[in-house]
Formats: sequence, structure tokens, C-alpha cells
Amino acid sequence: MSKLSLFLGCIVPNRYPGIEKATQLCLDKLDIDCSDLPGASCCPAPGVFRSFDKPTWLALAGRNIVLSEELGCDVLTICNGCYGSLTDANHELKENVALKKSTNVHLGKIGKKYEGTVDVRHIVEFLYDEFGPEKIKEMVVKPLDLKVALHYGCHLVKPSKERQLGSVEQPTFFDELIEATGAKSIDYPDKMACCGAGGGVRSALLERSLEMTKHKLSRIRDAGADCIVNACPFCHLQFDSGQAEIREKFALEYNIPVLHYSQLLGLALGFPPVELGIDLNIITNKEFFEKLRGRIE
Amino acid sequence: MSKSDVLNTLQNAGLDVLTCMQCGTCSSSCPSGRYTSLNTRRIVRGTCVGRDILHDEDLWMCTTCYTCQERCPREIKIADTILAIRTIAVHEGIMLPAHRKVSQLVLKYGHAVPINDDVKEKREKLKMDPIPGTVHKYPEALADVQTLLRSCEFDKLVA
Repeated sequence: MSKLSLFLGCIVPNRYPGIEKATQLCLDKLDIDCSDLPGASCCPAPGVFRSFDKPTWLALAGRNIVLSEELGCDVLTICNGCYGSLTDANHELKENVALKKSTNVHLGKIGKKYEGTVDVRHIVEFLYDEFGPEKIKEMVVKPLDLKVALHYGCHLVKPSKERQLGSVEQPTFFDELIEATGAKSIDYPDKMACCGAGGGVRSALLERSLEMTKHKLSRIRDAGADCIVNACPFCHLQFDSGQAEIREKFALEYNIPVLHYSQLLGLALGFPPVELGIDLNIITNKEFFEKLRGRIE
Repeated sequence: MSKSDVLNTLQNAGLDVLTCMQCGTCSSSCPSGRYTSLNTRRIVRGTCVGRDILHDEDLWMCTTCYTCQERCPREIKIADTILAIRTIAVHEGIMLPAHRKVSQLVLKYGHAVPINDDVKEKREKLKMDPIPGTVHKYPEALADVQTLLRSCEFDKLVA
């Protein structure tokens, strides 16, 4: 297993620091060698910056990858957007000599050079491939009695030609990692549908993006889930902050707790909810916390 | 840019939409299309026939979920095509105000979503450094990011 550096992105450190904390705690507990990546920037966000200007997207993504190359580490992402952006940029820069050359002209101005020596990983894909559900299950000290509505998020598995993670219509690898914690990954209609946030739709057309979120939340509520679990802080934000925005704009109340996989795994590894920042979400469902207290502590 | 130039630019980027048979798998799979005016089939058709696609506001309603691209029986890279048309539009000066604003945030802070006081407090509650170890903590790293953005003339593009 190669050494890793943790790429934080924007939303984790600057909106949901509990995910950063939970990830650090889980990596330590699983004895995964992962260093910080000082001075990293926005990945930059694939749906917007990539579609505005490709050379800019490659230069910024290239710099983030170079920071990890300098440490001799693969990049570990905890966000589908960062994963999509960095893995696609890394792939293009490795494969396309002309793009690598033009990107290195920009990087040369800050004394850096992209070499193409490291890979980009996503924590869910990494845990599945390097540990596997069985090994995770062995590490669990507090099995969770929760019904989880899993949201894969689009860019973890798509575009599939670049990802190679199996079926995009009915994948199972993430479900297996959920069930390794003792929780049940419940089935629900439109499970693989988008949260509505990506592609700059949330930033420019909030109400439209919330219509898509509302649809998914209704499906999840009807399926009787205790919580939503994701592996993408942008989806996390859309579901968590989105519920408050939906309350305000559409007068609808869902009150469904939202957890990143690091936070769910952290609970199963024995960390209390407050250490994982689960109480720092916008949606803080009292019943859910009581359930966690009753069954975890 | 003329209408046929759009098609040429896409083709040069390896994005061939002319094999589209208008089956509608893309638009019927589109989660955004359920709630917005986005009709991916119509965008592909418009591109094929040289309609003024750059000013089509539906371009900005795609969440880039890639379902259309995965399901297309002709294997047309539909989502990538929409993103490539956006690139042409942005370089023609067509951009939504919110996207200009988020670009300015990256220029200023190196983050599309920068830190705020509320989150600094949350970080302290979690016994973490209130300032994350990103460009936020290292001014020289932010200066490097800004140098790159200027080198790519991104500052002029989104001004």
C-alpha cells in the first residue's frame, strides 16, 4: 500500500470540518499512513472551472497533484468532486504529452513540474480495495443498528470509463462498506439519482437544484431511513443545508440526519458523535442522537 | 464564433454528436430535466443543426451527473459535450453572474468556498486549528495559485 496525502478541498475544511476530523480519526485507527498536504487549493471544482477554461483547470489540479508528488504520496480525496477533478486531470496529464507540456509551462512559473508519478484515490474506493468490507468489519467495535439511505453521488462512479468501479446503475461496493459497520443499507427508488448540486446548478439556480434534492429526500423519508450517508461533501451540503433551504422555500420538513462515510465509520470504530462533528450539521435530529446514545455508548 | 465553428470545435475535441438518432434516452434519464427546462436531446439536436446553442440557458442546468452519457446507445459523450459548449460560451463572454462570483472567490482565496467565522468556531469546538492547512494557512501557496490563474489569464476571462 503506497503512502497517502490527504487532500481536503474546499467544503470539508471550510463548511463541514467534522468530516475532516472524522477522516483523521478513522485513518489513525486503521493505521493508514497519510500525511497532510499543506498549501493545497480548490481542486478546482469540475462542473464549473473545468467547463470555464481547461488550461486553468489543469494548472490548478496539476499543482495540487505536484504537491503530493513532492511528498512521494498518492492523493487521498474525501469528496467525489475533488476525486473526479483530480483523477481526470491526472489521467489527461499522464496520457496527453501536449497537455502535460503546456500545463508545465504554467507550473514552471511557480517553480513546479508535473511528473505523473502518483495516483488519485477516493476514500471509499481505497477502503474497499485496500481493506475490504470483511477487514473493516473486524475493526468495528460498536456495530451500528441504523437504516442507512446511501447516496453514492455521481462522480464517484461516473464517467465509468475513467473510473472502472463496476456497474453505474446498481453498484454494490459502497453498500458493502456501509453494512460492514453493522448498519443496513436500505433500497429506495432513485437511489442513484443526482442530489442536484453539481455542475454549478446549486450556485446559480438554487431553487431548481433544491427541486431535485426534495425529490430524493421524499424517496428517502418514505423508505424509512434513519440517516443519509454520502462520500461527497458537496452532496452532504446539498442534503444538509438543503433541508433548511427547502424548509424556508417550500415549507417542507424532512429532518433527516446526513453523515459522511468517515463519520459513520467513526461511530462504528467507537468515537462519540460529538468528536466526529455530527452535531455540527444544520440538521440535528434529536431522535437520531438519542438512538446513537442508546445503542452506541 | 459562427454556428458551424461550434460543431468543428467539438469535433476537434473528439466530441462527435452527429451520430445522434434522437432516441431521447438522454433526456428521459436526466434528473435535472424533471424539474428544469433542460432537454439534453434538444441540445444535441440544436448542436447538430447549427442552432445558436451558446445562448441556450439550458446549458447551465446540467448537474453533470453523466447519466445521459452512460446510457447513450450511440456512446455520444453528451455531458462532456455540454461542458465543452459551456467553455466556448464562457470564452465568448456568456456566463451566469453567480459563476463569475464563484470564480472571483477562487482568484481571491484559492478556494471556491472560503472559510468564515462560523466555521472557524466549529473547528475550534472540534479541537482543530481554526484555519485549515490549505492555501488559507500559507500565503505563499495562495500567491502561487494566483500566479497560475494569471498565467492562464483566468482573471481576464471572468472579470
